[in-house]
Amino acid sequence: MTELRLEGVSRWYGNVVAVNGISMTVGPGVTGLLGPNGAGKSTLIHMMGGFLAPSSGTISLDGAPIWQNPDIYRSLGLVPEREAAYDFLTGEQFILAMAKLHKLPDPRAAAQRAIALVEMGYAADRQIGNYSKGMKQRIKMASALVHDPPVLLLDEPFNGMDPRQRLQLMDLIRRMADEGRTILFSSHILEEVERLASHIEVIVAGRHAASGDFRKIRRLMTDRPHIFLVRSSDDRRLAAAVIADGSARSVQLTDKGLTVEAVDFQRFTWLLPQVSRDADVRLWEVSPADESLESVFSYLVAR
Amino acid sequence: MNATIAVITFRAMLGRRRALLLLALPLVLLVLSVVLRVTDNNDIDISADVLQRFGLATLLPLLALIAGTGVIGPEIDDGQIMYVLTKPIPRQVIVLTKLAVAIVLVAAFAVVPVLMSGIVLQGTTAGMAPAFTVGVLVGGVAYSAVFVALAVLSRNAVTIGLLYALVWETLLGNFAPGAKSASIQQWALSVVDALTSASPVKSTVDLPVAIALLVAVTAAGTLLAAYRLRSLPVASAE
Repeated sequence: MTELRLEGVSRWYGNVVAVNGISMTVGPGVTGLLGPNGAGKSTLIHMMGGFLAPSSGTISLDGAPIWQNPDIYRSLGLVPEREAAYDFLTGEQFILAMAKLHKLPDPRAAAQRAIALVEMGYAADRQIGNYSKGMKQRIKMASALVHDPPVLLLDEPFNGMDPRQRLQLMDLIRRMADEGRTILFSSHILEEVERLASHIEVIVAGRHAASGDFRKIRRLMTDRPHIFLVRSSDDRRLAAAVIADGSARSVQLTDKGLTVEAVDFQRFTWLLPQVSRDADVRLWEVSPADESLESVFSYLVAR
Repeated sequence: MNATIAVITFRAMLGRRRALLLLALPLVLLVLSVVLRVTDNNDIDISADVLQRFGLATLLPLLALIAGTGVIGPEIDDGQIMYVLTKPIPRQVIVLTKLAVAIVLVAAFAVVPVLMSGIVLQGTTAGMAPAFTVGVLVGGVAYSAVFVALAVLSRNAVTIGLLYALVWETLLGNFAPGAKSASIQQWALSVVDALTSASPVKSTVDLPVAIALLVAVTAAGTLLAAYRLRSLPVASAE
């Protein structure tokens, strides 16, 4: 069993704290590292990948330190977020070179296997510079898989992918995990993480905000007071009906419509149409006012 | 040394348009030498001047700068170095391989042209052609080590290298003799001086001192680059 362990890991740049006292253990299966852009996910992954020294705390892979220990790359594969690969090489040359750098006993076979794994055989003899974003992502994935590592770190692997490529990559990651690998990937999109990760770690503003399976995280994210903007044919009458119904904590009448603070997200969205129908008010618009991920995350932090 | 890294580095350096850039200066030197020879302007003073000012003081530092920073700088800048660093390869092997590639490039695009130009200008007179060839080679090794280290240490390696080669070695050398002695160019010239009987070649540094400094600078550059690469923070995309 392969385990990546972080203990009290912090990283600061001058006065700016990018990662603040994070402790977690990443074991076999798919772990999603979720957080808004700029939360410190990349910094954290770079530290896990041995590219950045923690300013304090330790990161270890099955007890071996990661920082300044090139030997750990025998059991670790890293897919960086940046697109840059060796554009002048063909996919096959690139993966073969990676296999040789790993000093694998049969680099050619390993390269073939890795390319087949990401289904890039059809484009293996084309230059990487001419690949699409999704193809680059997959060839990068192959470069990280060529030595069959038990641990795989992926930094924003779905960025810039179209839905079909996204599904293919999710499928691939799931297969990798089923083989018993420890996989960690970062994303700022809850739905991606939810569909793929059995375990989720949430990072907000450099802090470890939550940890658990996706149901728990989903509940944390939805069981918070929600603010909706509602426009209707008769705002005043609707406001009275909503307050009387009890599914909202407060209702504010503005010239743009109603601002409703719901107590329970599910109950409110389910009840509002009934309440308005009973009150004989026509709903024109119901929109969440604070549905941005940042507000969800800041709620988690404040909690 | 790692053959895979060497091959990728050579391909990156010689592919695309950079190879043409590398070829431009040596071509100018060769054409100039041929013109001087054909027009009978190749007496020993002019020849020494061309080989020293053009070959040793201009062609060599510029090519070493392009090669030394080019073998590793762009890779660090765009993050490709990650693919090399995420392998169980000791960092000093990476640095030594990169340095070896830079030296081979300097040999091909500076040392060989200087030898050819020396033969065109002077034939075997006074041992000038081989003397300059050896001088440019040892200078090239030291320059390469310095510029590889510079490329690992700073994102502005090319600018700093240019300032050093042009402002410090060439310009300041003309005004302040002290600065002149503290330059790879003068140390390499000292080696040339020792190998040729041609009187126009004069160095301000004694040979043993020059050799010791060349070795020291080469070793320091290599060690510094290897040490720095061990803890190279690879900036994220943000």
